[in-house]
Amino acid sequence: MWQAIAFYVFAAVIIFSALMVIAARNPVHSVLFLILAFLNAAALFVLLGAEFLAWILVIVYVGAVAVLFLFVVMMLDIDFAALRAGFMQYLPIGALAGLVIISELVVVFLGWATAGPATTPSATMPGISNTESLGRIIYTDYIFYFQTAGLILLVAMIGAIVLTLRHKPGVKRQSIRNQVRRVPAEAIELLEVKPGQGVT
Amino acid sequence: MTIGLSHYLILAALLFTIGVFGIFINRKNVIIILMSIELILLAVNINLVSFSVYLGNLTGQVFALFVLTVAAAEAAIGLAILVAYFRNRGTIAVDTINMMKG
Repeated sequence: MWQAIAFYVFAAVIIFSALMVIAARNPVHSVLFLILAFLNAAALFVLLGAEFLAWILVIVYVGAVAVLFLFVVMMLDIDFAALRAGFMQYLPIGALAGLVIISELVVVFLGWATAGPATTPSATMPGISNTESLGRIIYTDYIFYFQTAGLILLVAMIGAIVLTLRHKPGVKRQSIRNQVRRVPAEAIELLEVKPGQGVT
Repeated sequence: MTIGLSHYLILAALLFTIGVFGIFINRKNVIIILMSIELILLAVNINLVSFSVYLGNLTGQVFALFVLTVAAAEAAIGLAILVAYFRNRGTIAVDTINMMKG
């Protein structure tokens, strides 16, 4: 019983905050509602028994991705009111596309007889935790996919750095190569300064 | 009443539709478009995890983990492209983005 109540509460908050993400006037509010949606999705994952993914969702999305969005929204000086022009213009075609998708999904659900709930709806091996059972298959059966995921993250990191790095002209930087190449012959210069005259 | 697989699937379908709808109505604001893509991927993840739990097979959760990885990489790259585009153009309106060719 309490599971049903919890599911409906979390699902309602997810749907509401997803609607607010796409409808909020201020993009900062959109990001905050996105965080709310992800937190409630994590709660749903806990309800399903997928604790590891729930915490990964909180750590990766709320901790990293949402903060990244927040940084970009606040860093760029954008006139968001101008970007909302044409909101009503796109509403009919958007509503049409949404209606088509949701009706297709409804048709699929109506024509599809779901099996009853499993005896114990849980994917975790008995006796060990969800995290441990995930780890047992990630590091054995799915090790190549796991490594590929790491490679994707590496490429994304390098790509993001390359895209946003810029060298400003006129900034003095330390050049270790030039410092090491200095020899006394060219570093020291002896001048004979006559009295009353400076060094030009 | 018990919460079955179909409840989670309907929730994911609604979330997916909201994401697609968000892409349509926010055609100019690329930040909201990126957030809509995150919503769509969250719907996919809910589907994968609920199937994984109700079918008693952990593969769905492993795949959801990889979807999460790719989504994080996509968000980072997308926002980096956005910042670079803003530096060049001074705006993020994507309806003029085809002027970038050449």
